[in-house]
Amino acid sequence: MATVTTRKEKIIDYVLNGVTIIYFVIALFPVVWVFSLAFKETSQILTWPPQFLFKPTLENFQSLFSGLTGGNTGSSTVDFLRNFMNSLIISFGAVIISVLVGVPATYAIARYNFKGKEDLAFTILSFRFAPELMVIIPIYIFFQKLGLLDTYTGLIWVYQLITLPMIVWILRGYIEDVSRELEEACWLDGFGRIRTFFRVILPLIRPGIAASGLLAFIYAWNNFVFAVLLGGSRTAPVTVGAMQFISADALRYGDMAAAIVLAAIPALALALYAQKHLIRGLSLGAVKE
Amino acid sequence: MAVFGSSKDTETVERLKPTRLDLLKPYLIILPALILTIGILIPFGTGEVWSFTDYNLMRPNWKFAGLENYIRMMKSEQFWNAIRVSSTYVFFAVGAELVLGVIIGLLLNRDNLVTKIFRPLLILPLLIAPVIAVLMWRLMMSTQFGVLNYFLSLFDKGLKDFPWAGVADYAMFTVVLIDVWIFTPFIALLVLAGLRSFPRAPFEAAQVDGASKWFIFRTQTVPMLTPYVTIALIFRLIDSFRIFDIPFALTKGGPGDALMTLQVTAYTQSFTYLNIGRGAAYMFLTWIIIYLVSKFLVNHWMKWRSKLS
Repeated sequence: MATVTTRKEKIIDYVLNGVTIIYFVIALFPVVWVFSLAFKETSQILTWPPQFLFKPTLENFQSLFSGLTGGNTGSSTVDFLRNFMNSLIISFGAVIISVLVGVPATYAIARYNFKGKEDLAFTILSFRFAPELMVIIPIYIFFQKLGLLDTYTGLIWVYQLITLPMIVWILRGYIEDVSRELEEACWLDGFGRIRTFFRVILPLIRPGIAASGLLAFIYAWNNFVFAVLLGGSRTAPVTVGAMQFISADALRYGDMAAAIVLAAIPALALALYAQKHLIRGLSLGAVKE
Repeated sequence: MAVFGSSKDTETVERLKPTRLDLLKPYLIILPALILTIGILIPFGTGEVWSFTDYNLMRPNWKFAGLENYIRMMKSEQFWNAIRVSSTYVFFAVGAELVLGVIIGLLLNRDNLVTKIFRPLLILPLLIAPVIAVLMWRLMMSTQFGVLNYFLSLFDKGLKDFPWAGVADYAMFTVVLIDVWIFTPFIALLVLAGLRSFPRAPFEAAQVDGASKWFIFRTQTVPMLTPYVTIALIFRLIDSFRIFDIPFALTKGGPGDALMTLQVTAYTQSFTYLNIGRGAAYMFLTWIIIYLVSKFLVNHWMKWRSKLS
């Protein structure tokens, strides 16, 4: 029977746990290592063999924040704090606009029956799967003419391609989960459709809005392609900023590691906070947990 | 219905009869979202048109060139290289992620202290921006200071000089390794979510009947898991076929043309050679391939999606 653990099953269990531990040691090592590099002095980074024990220093972060990266080399400056602020502005802006236009749109898709409904939903979904450059190259030319290159407005607009499909497709499931009977009962009680939406539906789908907004934020924060081509020195987010550490000279490992830590932490913190909802989000609502 | 009284009943009936405004309403509600996205769809259409022109950023005027971009693309060595690179990338990266992801998902579906500690950490690599992840790996891959080279040198002294993406022969291996590190958790997470959502009854019944674990796995777990694996595969196949940021951040497509995937090639055509028409042709073709594959897969996905919910 299932409850009796035999000796053999116990050994299998140990082996399986061992394999699990090995996988995670390998998978987590890069994160641990690079985070540790961020707290090392340059001389401790550029040694052979690599040092596993060291006295932590905040030197790298200080040079990042003062804008004078590179320390002794100090020829070029990368204003990483500015990149960080840009990431915040663009990601927040994109998510807020997506929520404002996406929630009503999703409600219409989930609750109304109208011609071309699935086609519209599929069109919005297809943005998630389109090769980005296909869209970026023409937009680049258009933005150049409209003066939208390297502006927050331009980037927030283009980022709708990332955030809007997430909001719409994740929320669709959440709205469909709200029972129609409940909604219809409210109408019968004299609530209008709009009042029902604000007083009944909206509070019920709030976790969905939070989850989809969060995931959209992470994807916007992590985007590189749109920002590198349509942004510029004024609007470059962290993903573009961190790349600049390679070009200048290859030995600014400490700054690069510190920049990586700063670029990764917001998404990691948000995600650990809302881990449960993310799986539903990652599959755009297809898999529920 | 009687509880609501007759007056309200007629009111409802009236409300169910749609007026013209009612028919328009859903479109009006969607309108803001559409305006935002149509502003982006128009350039998309323009790009398709450009693929039939000789548009070049160096020249002010352009004229239609028919299928010339496509014909020259098909005849060029670059194009077939891009197809080869992209297909190799998809095959090895997604293949490894599928096998590893399913195994990790199954491993984590057991309840004990080890899985409890590690389960929340599974998602970690997935949350780091792919370009940032590439930078992380680049910090570890150096013949002078790289910690990975150090580990390799413990096995074999000569491996200290392993060049990773610095040499064309190992570039594909390196980029696939990074991709697998980032995206294996994606498949594992969906597999795990699937396993957790299964009803317990059929498994317990089979166990009581004395069925072997392997038999239960084959006849119960595998079929129930299939839709979850399918969904994970759709996402991974499409995303890795249109990959840009990982090879771009690693070597910008080099050394030589070792990592020139379709999107990186399109980028080079458009922004290095400023040949917009040719770049657009690459993108349009990539898009058609993705569209056909995803149309097929998404149709299946819609079926699975309705089955799951």
